[in-house]
Amino acid sequence: MKASARWLRELVPGLDLSAPAMADRLALRGAPVESIVSPGEGLADVVVAKVLTADRHPNADRLSVCTVDGGQGVVPVVCGAPNVRAGGWYPFAPVGAVLPGGLEIKKAKIRGEVSHGMLCSAKELGLSGDHGGILALEGEFTPGQSFVAALGLDDATLDVEVTSNRGDLLSHVGLARELATAGTGDIALTELPGSPRLEFAYQEGTPEARAGGVSVRIDDPDLCHRYLGAVLRGIQVRPSPAWLQERLRGAGARPINNVVDATNYVMLELGHPLHAFDLRRLAGSAVVVRRARVSERAFTTLDGVERPLGPDMLMICDAEKPVGVAGVMGGLHSEVEPDTTDVLLECALFAPKSIRATRKALGMSTDASYRFERGVDPAGMQQALERCVRLILAIAGGAVDGPVLDCVPVGFEAQIVPLRLARIERLLGVPFTSAQVRTLLSPLGFQVIGEGDGTLQVRVPGFRSYDVRREVDLIEEVARTHGFDAFPSDLGPYRAGNVPDHPLFRLEDELRASLVARGLYEAHTPAFAPESDGNVEVSNPLSATERYMRGSLLPGLLRRVEHNFAHGNRDVRLFEIGTAFARRGPGEPPLESTRLAAVLTGLRAPAHWTAEDEPFTVWDLKSLLEDVVRRAHGDALVLAPGCESARLDASAAFTVTDARGAIVARGGRVAEGAVDAPVWAGAVWALEVELPSEVPARGAVSYRALPTFPPVDRDLALLVPDQIPSATVTAAMSAHAGALLEEVALFDVYAGEGIPAGKRSLAFRLRFRAAERTLKDTEVDKTVRSVLERLEEELGVEPRG
Amino acid sequence: MSDTDLIGALRVLEREALAAVSGATDEAALETVRVTYLGRTEGSISKVLRGLGALPTGARPAVGQEANRVKIAVSEALKVRGLALAPQTRGSAEDLTLPSRGPWRGGLHPITQAVDEIWHIFRDMGFARARGPEADTEWYNFEALNTPLDHPAADEQDTLYLVDSVLLRSHTSPVQVRTMEAYEPPIRIIAPGWVYRRDTYDATHTPAFMQIEGLVVDEGVSFVDFKATLAEFARRYWGPDTRVRFRPSFFPFTEPSAEVDVKRVITKPDGTRVETDWLEVMGAGMVDPAVLENVGYDSERYTGWAFGMGPARIAMLKHGVDDLRTFFENDMRFLAQFSS
Repeated sequence: MKASARWLRELVPGLDLSAPAMADRLALRGAPVESIVSPGEGLADVVVAKVLTADRHPNADRLSVCTVDGGQGVVPVVCGAPNVRAGGWYPFAPVGAVLPGGLEIKKAKIRGEVSHGMLCSAKELGLSGDHGGILALEGEFTPGQSFVAALGLDDATLDVEVTSNRGDLLSHVGLARELATAGTGDIALTELPGSPRLEFAYQEGTPEARAGGVSVRIDDPDLCHRYLGAVLRGIQVRPSPAWLQERLRGAGARPINNVVDATNYVMLELGHPLHAFDLRRLAGSAVVVRRARVSERAFTTLDGVERPLGPDMLMICDAEKPVGVAGVMGGLHSEVEPDTTDVLLECALFAPKSIRATRKALGMSTDASYRFERGVDPAGMQQALERCVRLILAIAGGAVDGPVLDCVPVGFEAQIVPLRLARIERLLGVPFTSAQVRTLLSPLGFQVIGEGDGTLQVRVPGFRSYDVRREVDLIEEVARTHGFDAFPSDLGPYRAGNVPDHPLFRLEDELRASLVARGLYEAHTPAFAPESDGNVEVSNPLSATERYMRGSLLPGLLRRVEHNFAHGNRDVRLFEIGTAFARRGPGEPPLESTRLAAVLTGLRAPAHWTAEDEPFTVWDLKSLLEDVVRRAHGDALVLAPGCESARLDASAAFTVTDARGAIVARGGRVAEGAVDAPVWAGAVWALEVELPSEVPARGAVSYRALPTFPPVDRDLALLVPDQIPSATVTAAMSAHAGALLEEVALFDVYAGEGIPAGKRSLAFRLRFRAAERTLKDTEVDKTVRSVLERLEEELGVEPRG
Repeated sequence: MSDTDLIGALRVLEREALAAVSGATDEAALETVRVTYLGRTEGSISKVLRGLGALPTGARPAVGQEANRVKIAVSEALKVRGLALAPQTRGSAEDLTLPSRGPWRGGLHPITQAVDEIWHIFRDMGFARARGPEADTEWYNFEALNTPLDHPAADEQDTLYLVDSVLLRSHTSPVQVRTMEAYEPPIRIIAPGWVYRRDTYDATHTPAFMQIEGLVVDEGVSFVDFKATLAEFARRYWGPDTRVRFRPSFFPFTEPSAEVDVKRVITKPDGTRVETDWLEVMGAGMVDPAVLENVGYDSERYTGWAFGMGPARIAMLKHGVDDLRTFFENDMRFLAQFSS
């Protein structure tokens, strides 16, 4: 909402605030001001000048050579406007002036005639789109006088951010109510210069009001609760007077013509969108408010755009056809034109939801629809219409013909809301007396009409009937007008909450700390993905990059590896914890899983002269994967070599499966081609682990007494066929060594010279121990012999020579 | 020899061996010492160990244990001396200004760091963390939060939809509803999480971003508690001199609603302290009774307050990052600036 500071000051007698001070006060009432600009911005160099003579240019038919008094002596000026005349006053940019848009005026020779400046059109001054000629000023001025001051452009336009519950603030009177305080007078509407005092007569009728051959009918009372129509005849369409143009400019609006300007003025003043129809164009001199018919498929609005209609759209029609989209925009063929003499002026009340649905379907928003959607004052319609009629009569002439047609299928009744003082204290934490509450609420138009048992009966004004319906809405008004900053802010005691800290957050904390300690950096990537990487589709994406939700975190993280490679970063260690999405049944929300993904590439430690550079290997990846799986799922899950994934190279990858057979983790070397890597880049290792949706409680560790008797160690070097995994050998040793075996550790792997082809040497250290005695070598030797026999029997593994 | 003699002999051998170890001045000499005492066949300690079999059964454990101890002690000494005598691999041991050797550093994403800092302050004030799904229904995202779908307020956070009434949550406020459905008051939670809006990427908008929700519900919770707790948070986060301002605003699920602004005191490089402009840091308010009723709470008995803030914006302000998109690039050189 753009508001004129001058207008606001005029509405609140005694309000002596600068525009920034007004902005501060509005901000503390909940309507912050985004910017303050002056409508005269950039026009400081422009003066008012009198054209003394205007003669045809000797060498050009369309140009005039004028003598102009701009206050600095009389100078010759060449002017291209058809409307320049001797004796007229015009805005003048003398030599050296800079106009909005940066045009600097220089002394020039135009077709042989010298020109010392420029007489300006409204468009050149950025005041309107009108480029029909130079801007003729009405009235008497002093040559050289500031143009900005002469036109009242030294106003300030406040761009007020109005929240969607406060439709009443989309008007100057609404904003003025928030600015009025104990120190100011009551809000007083501006006296309209030249407007007649009129007694208005009303012709009511439901569903149809009719008088003097003109009729108004509402066919769909659920969407239109009231329609007022006034007939004005004999008006003359022309530019508005200067004061009205100044008002509109101050409020950021552009003057168009006196009739349209009058409706805009009242909308900006009181918040009611009004519309003037050319009566000539209303077939049957009738207005019918009804939904679009199936046969009415399209309609051309006054912006010249043909728009498709739907059967739920409320239209303003004449006896035959639609002439406007109700509450949104009038039609091209019924708008006021320069030769219009008779108009029907509309002030209506439409259902906010209907307006919203219609304008969304049409993909447009207008000043009118914006206000109707947020609710206009049902109790102020007559005032708005009458004011607009009086303004039109004052500036366009003519007369009211007959009574105002008033069709009211749904009348408005002000609501009475009970307000308990005890409830105010309970919610706000501070007691308020009845007198305080009355003082706070009455400037906003709320009326206390009764009181008893600590409860006030509050009548809600029409302009607040949309957002104030309940006691709590009134309590907010009390708090707001009292001032949020006026409340104390003393920290009191509190009771501990019932909600425990979510275990998954705790697991995430632990995993993050662990990965950071291992030298990884956390990444954040948005959860969107291309179609190849997700099956949950966004139905209304804004761009192709957001069309699907990711099914895995890895692709996004690999893209970040590519970004780093592209910027020359060879050593990349990233992880992310986030959500992956998978499609479920039709219409159901997708399945979400929280996952951890990580990527490693480059050196496993910073280069140092004391050691050879070592890149990350499969063992680093395996360790990281084991660590994450253990923290997330406990010790029970083991890594199985191999992996079915297009992204990972199965020969250097692992899969982890849970007790129910579901894959919970994968990791390995990223397959060739899955990452766009420069030639210098090393292998990329990646893993992804699904975190449990229900984090299992960690059981207490059961302490085992430390051994008191010494162990006996035996080292075994074994020749193991290549196809037998070391884990199989370890498992077999554990199975056959009996209870005395405490630990098996592999400490060397060797293949090559001295080892038969198809085999490798694995060296294990077996540690034996008995809890209550010192073991004898003989019994250990016996056990080892037996283990070796079984290994040979079962696996073809034999001791190395 | 008797067992006691053997043990005595072992101790003599141990003394000799340790003296020989410390007397060795190069690696070759040390190897000779090793062979002399621990050599597999001729080593004097090894011989004692082999002789154990000749002892009477009852004497074996004591001697065996002692022999093992001596063997380990001598092995350790050999190892330590060996390290001392080993040639330096490269460079000079004396130049201690050379860079150290160690593992890579890592770090949390700056937005996670902001979330954690905020969480730790609220944790100290008795809050716990709650979470909810990122794909949710219109009911949880709008209607349960007193936001009718046909109200302009539902437009203000232009929402990404999946199917029918299933959407990507446009704020973390659905967690309020889900938490209240699952627990009885007192409720004292924050809910950090990802939210989604139909926005294009620019310096201050991304279609996915982090938000932190907060919710307190109990008997006797008032606007004064609301202001006090959030002002206390602001002072703990931005410093004790921070000024806090509450401005009326509108959110369908709180009433009264407020925007919370802070004015920080910063120290300029020349040591002077200046106040910043007011910065909008969160939207907040007293929980609307309609929301409490929607989850089956008695709104006459319980009152509460809630807030929502954007840790990315807070991290931007804190670190001087001027483009939100930088946070999504995950360039190692950027992340390393925030390493722990």
